[in-house]
Order: sequence, then structure tokens, then C-alpha cells
Amino acid sequence: MLDLVGKRYYWFLLSLLVIVPGLVSLTLHGLNLSIDFTGGTLWELQMSRPVQPGEVRDVLAAHGYPDSTVQTSQDNVVLIRMKELKEGSPEKAELATALRERFGNFTELRIESVGPTLGTAIRNRAVLAVALASLGVLGYIAWAFRNTNNPFLYGIAAIIAMLHDVAVVVGTFSILGWLRGIEVDALFVTALLTIIGFSVHDTIVVFDRIRENLGRRAAPTFEEVVNYSVVQTLVRSLNTSLTVVFTLLALFLFGGETIRYFVLALLIGIVSGTYSSIFNASQILVVWENRELHRFLARLRGQRQHVPA
Amino acid sequence: MRIKPWQTLIVILLLTLAAVWVDLPGQSLDPLGWKSGITVRQGLDLQGGIQIVLEARPPAGVEVTQDVLQGTRDTIERRVNGLGVSEPVIQTRGSNQILVELPGYRDPEQAVRVLQRTALLEIIDTNGQYLAPGTIVNTTAGPASDVLGSEPTPTAEPAATPSAGETSTPSATTSQTGGTPTSANGTPTPGATPGSESTPAAGGSAGTTASPTHEAGATPTPEAQGPVYETIITGAELRDAYPTTDQFGTLVVGFELKGEATRKFCEYTSSHVGFPMSIVVDKQVISSPRIESAICEGRGIITGLNAQEVNELVLQLKSGALAVPLEVVQSRTVGPTLGQDSIDKSIVAGLVGLGLVALFMILYYRLPGVISVIALLMYTSFVFALFKLIPVVLTLPGIAGFILSIGMAVDANVLIFARLREELRLGRTVARAIEEGFDHAWPSIRDSNISTMITCVILFWFGRYVGATIIQGFALTLFIGVAVSMFTAIVVSRNLLRVLLTSRLFHNLWWFGLESRPMEAVSAAGD
Repeated sequence: MLDLVGKRYYWFLLSLLVIVPGLVSLTLHGLNLSIDFTGGTLWELQMSRPVQPGEVRDVLAAHGYPDSTVQTSQDNVVLIRMKELKEGSPEKAELATALRERFGNFTELRIESVGPTLGTAIRNRAVLAVALASLGVLGYIAWAFRNTNNPFLYGIAAIIAMLHDVAVVVGTFSILGWLRGIEVDALFVTALLTIIGFSVHDTIVVFDRIRENLGRRAAPTFEEVVNYSVVQTLVRSLNTSLTVVFTLLALFLFGGETIRYFVLALLIGIVSGTYSSIFNASQILVVWENRELHRFLARLRGQRQHVPA
Repeated sequence: MRIKPWQTLIVILLLTLAAVWVDLPGQSLDPLGWKSGITVRQGLDLQGGIQIVLEARPPAGVEVTQDVLQGTRDTIERRVNGLGVSEPVIQTRGSNQILVELPGYRDPEQAVRVLQRTALLEIIDTNGQYLAPGTIVNTTAGPASDVLGSEPTPTAEPAATPSAGETSTPSATTSQTGGTPTSANGTPTPGATPGSESTPAAGGSAGTTASPTHEAGATPTPEAQGPVYETIITGAELRDAYPTTDQFGTLVVGFELKGEATRKFCEYTSSHVGFPMSIVVDKQVISSPRIESAICEGRGIITGLNAQEVNELVLQLKSGALAVPLEVVQSRTVGPTLGQDSIDKSIVAGLVGLGLVALFMILYYRLPGVISVIALLMYTSFVFALFKLIPVVLTLPGIAGFILSIGMAVDANVLIFARLREELRLGRTVARAIEEGFDHAWPSIRDSNISTMITCVILFWFGRYVGATIIQGFALTLFIGVAVSMFTAIVVSRNLLRVLLTSRLFHNLWWFGLESRPMEAVSAAGD
């Protein structure tokens, strides 16, 4: 049989290789927060003729919005990010008139505006939501696995795998934000919470097998039971992820611009979630049961004692 | 009595037919008209529209209680109904916010103007003085800052130019709404209003549309000078308001007073014949007619407004004044073109996704795969019917949630079929393998789906505070999807398998993706 558990430290290493660059980028560059969190206005216009971003910036600057970013895309669509411009305010009407005078008529595709204080409130709410989701899931797993020796171990292992997935996605978006200017918005938080749900969903299926096989004493050692269970559920885990990845890929390719990065976040999270449930969560159970961390720490301490004074 | 699988299957088929019937668009196959009113409700991002979050900006010393907020919400709701928007959303959020969604509404400027204005009507005794339209006044019903929601405490020092301009330049502005752009093209700007040469923007717009907290300094706070005038009648004493025409055929606001107010108004006008009085909305003078004779029939008109302003004021007077001034803290406007584009793309994505999943399942699991695809199609029809019946407001992320749940719905089937194969490999008969497969897969399906549902509930709560219905739509669709997928996997797939297996045609393990072997050869070994 495939020995997945035996190579557990390679799997952990692979996870680290993916996570560390993201975390480095996160500490250096943070996330490129959208107006949902910072406050401000996002204004998408379809002009009647092609325009240069610089021209639009000039008009904005001339009317008191100097630090705006302007992007243009196909079909003469202009995307403006600027400080808060209230819907229905005279400032907005004035700016619209100025833009019309300069570039001719345009269609307003969308305008989103968030006040600065609201942005901070949303940010706090998002952190709280992720924390609550983690706690809720931890509680449920501890309850679902209450008949095992160590119900909280399963919960904690699932949470670590979940944090792994969150770290992968947040790290990737930090890098994407830094290199490509991709923003993190309220939908991204939605994607994160969905990933949390899916990650745990996947982990539970594997854990459930372990629970069953432990009861049946399917293998002599805990390590072997875990390996047996992981291999048994491997095909199912891959197939499930594949079907979800199929639907997400379809959305990513054909689903339109507004949810593209939302879908990308889900896609990365689902792949990571499958990996972490097979290669991390179950392996953490083994590491814990074998008291490998204890032995590792003991060895460290032992070495320190051997160092001559 | 045991229910036979084929009996369950008939119930499932009937349910599916009912679901498909609900799913069918329009009034097809609906002679009795049961389906009228059942439509797909599209969210803002799909059909376009406006979402506004208003936050209470109470004057100093006033606290916004839940009652006040609720009352304000009700006023807003009456105004929204007056705008003629179908399926609007009006919710209070937290301690001081009101969320308004106007799907399909195309004029954000008007929406903000109508919803945000306090619209406190007063008829004041001007002590015989003529007050020019546009003048900001203090009245016995409260200082101007109460309604204007300006600085927390009215400052004692006179505000520089604008206040002077307001009292001394009669032609400063025509009216409150006149100062703000009225057409959707947004051509006129406050600064360009004729006659406002000395008071840039301030007099006309500061009333409600400008935000005192945000652009403090940029827009001078309107400061009412002079005496406190006595309020004779307030908007609360109106029985009705309606658009009508005056003797010159101009559109004006007509109003009718309640009994008590009629008497009060009659007394006042009979003792002040020949003097002017002022009609004031939100502390700003709209018109100052001369009292020609005693007015005892309890009716009056408000002149000096253009047609659009008349209609808006009528709507506002009918729905009542807001209990607290409001400010727009968040808004989202989506044009209709972007929405239609999104719908088309989502449909393509959904079909491609469904096709890929179906292909994969059939190639990999063969007969069970076909069954799971049938179950999946039923699943899709159930979920969509539920969306229509509940009704769920479909948003773009909501559709993504739905398409995602298709992938997850397959998961329950994958779990069961993987078990089924294992049991078959162990040499069980197909019938027993099916039962064992389902029984063993159930705990995994249950536990994993409940954890997804937990996160959905938290998402729903989070969505209440952010982007509102857009995220809530996602959470709700995913939740429904997961719940229905448990049902289709356990009930539909299982019974389909049970019924199909009574046919000897499928008693070969090839159908289950194992080596071709007739059933009989292994049945003995299994038991």
C-alpha cells in the first residue's frame, strides 16, 4: 500500500514552501485592500470613445480628487478608484459634468461608495467572522468525535489544516496584490469563509474513516490505521475536489469579470483544502499520537545540555 | 408496512415534475394562474439598481433609540413605495443604520434626494416680515441644526459669508432641491444655479445633500441667523398632500390639514390678514405668500417648486418627516448592462460546469455515475424551484454558490459510490453493497455538510453588515444547496439504484466500474 504517512515531513515541507513566500509578502506588502475596507469610491464608466487613463486622472485632479487611480479596459470601459464620492452629492454631479464635457457622454456601469468609518467596521467584522467560523467548526468536530480518545485533537488538527488553507489563499492574494494590484474585498472574505467550510468538510471525511477503522482495529498501529484510512479515502477526496474544481474552472473562465478573483480564491482554497486534509490534518494526528513533538523538543533540550558550559 | 423503493421513486418523480413546473419560466402550463407572482428575484448586481446605507446623524444631545430608527425605517419604506420600486429591501442595521436596496431603479441622484431629506414641513409666523425663499430659519420647533444635522453644537460665531448671503441676498437659491442637479444627466451644478453668485454651493446644497462631517470646512455650515420664528403648523398635522395646480395652471403642492390644525390655522390667518407667512421645509423657506383672507377650510398650496420637486415633496410629505437626519455612508449602483452580461456568462459557466461534472461521473462510475447525473439534474430542479418559492434573491456570488454546490452535491454521491465499490470488491451482493455503502457513507456526509452549514450561518451574519444581500445571497444559496444535496444523495440516488437493480440487466459488475463479472459468481462469497 501507498505509504503516505511515512513521508509526512515531506508533505509538511511542501506546505511550508507554498505558505512561507505568501507570509513574507504579507508582512512586507500586506494585502491590497479594496474600498470595502478602506472606504472610498469605485466608479466604472463606459465612455463613448477611447480615453487615456492620464486624461481622466487630470480631470479628477482638477476637481479635487488628486490621488485617484484610473484603469482602462476593452470597450472603452474606465475604472476609477478614488476617495469617497457620495452618490447623489453635488460633488458627484459636478465631476460627471466635467467628464462629459471632456470625453462626451458615458454610461455609468456601476459606482460603489463606502464611508471611511464603515470600512474599518467591516474589516473588524470580517476578522470576527473568520474567528467565529473556526470556533464553530472546532466545537462541532469535538462533538462529532466525542467517542474517540481525544476529541479535541481532531478539532485542533482540522483547525490547523484550515489555517493552512487560509494562509495559502491570503498569502497568494498578498503576492497577487503586490505584483498585479489585485484587491481583496468583501467577496474575498466570503470566499475565505467558504474555504473554511470546505476544508473542514474534506478533513472530516478522512477523520471519519480513521474513526471507523480505529473502531474496527483495521491495522496494528495508529500510524498504520491513519495511512490505511487516508489511502482508502484518497480517490474520493480527489474526485470530489475534481468535480468542484470543474465547476469553479467553468466559472473562472466564463463567469465574467466581477467574480473572477472570488472564484480564483475559491479555486486555490479548494485545491489547498484537499491537499491539507490528506497530507496535513491526518498526519498531524500521527505526529501528536506518537508524541513526536515532545521527542523533538526533548532532543533539542538534550542537545543543549550536551553543549559544554 | 414497508415502503417499497419504487413507491418512494414515484413520490420523487412527482416532486421533480412539480419542481420542473415551478422552474419553467413565464406562465407556461399554468391554466389556474398558481404561478403568477413566482419569479426569479434578481439581486442588484444582476438587474442593476441602487443600494444605499444611510446612517443617522442626530443633533447634539439626541440619542437614536431603536424606536426612532424603526420609525425612520418606516418613513423610508413609505417613500420607497412612493418611488414605485418593486421588491425593495429596507432594513435597519446595527444601532444607527438603514439599508435600502432599490433593484432596477435607474436614478441614483433622485433616490438619494428623496430618501435622505428630512422633509420637515413648517408654516411659520414671520412677525410680518417677508422672508425670501432659500432663507434658513430657526423655529420654535427646534434650531436649524436639528434637521440639517450639521455640527454637533451650533457655534456662536457667525459663519463667514454664506450666512450673510442667506439673509441678505433674497435670490440666493430657489429652494433646497432646486440647488441640486435634477436631471439624470447631471448637468446643473449648485454653483451654477442662477442668482447664487455670492454664495457658492452652500445655501442650495448644504441642507441635506452635502455631508457636514465629511467635507467639514469645504462646505460652510448653514447657520441660521436672526430670531426664532414661531411654528404654527408642522408636517405632522397634515392629513394629505397631493400635486395640484394653482390659478395660473402651474403645478404646486396641495395639502390638507387635520381638524385641530385647521382650527389653529384659521385663527392665525384671520388675525394676520395682509401679512406674509412662510412655508418652510427643513428650516429653509420655500415660499412666503401674503395672507389675503382667513383660511378656514384647512387647505393650502405650496408654490415656487418645479414639477419634479413638487412630486418629490408630495411623496415626502405623505410619508412623513424623518425622525433624525440621515447621511449616506455606503452606496452601490449597478447599471443594467453589466447585470445582463453577468447573467449570460453565469448561465454559460453553469452549463459548462454541469456538463464537465456529468461527463466525469459517468466515465468514472458508469451506472452509478449515470444515476448521480440524474440525481444531479433533479437536484438542480429542486434547488431552483426553492429559490423561486422562498424566494431567494439571486446575486452573482449567489449563482457562484449554486454552481459550487453542484460540485459539492456530487460529493455525497462520490462518497457513496466509493463505498459501494469497496463493498462490491469485498464480494457482497449488489443489493447489500448498496445498503452498506449508504449506511457507511452517511456519517461522513452528515458531519461534513453540517460543518459547511455552520460556516454558511456565520457568513449570513457577516453578510448582514457587509455588502448586505450580495454575501447573504451566497450564504443562503450554498446552505440550501448543501441541504438539498443531502436529500438527493440519500433519498434519490439510493432509491434509483435500488429500483434499477431489480433489473437483471445490471447484474454485471462492469456497470459499477469493476471488472466485468456476472453478479451470481460473487454473490455466494459475499454472505
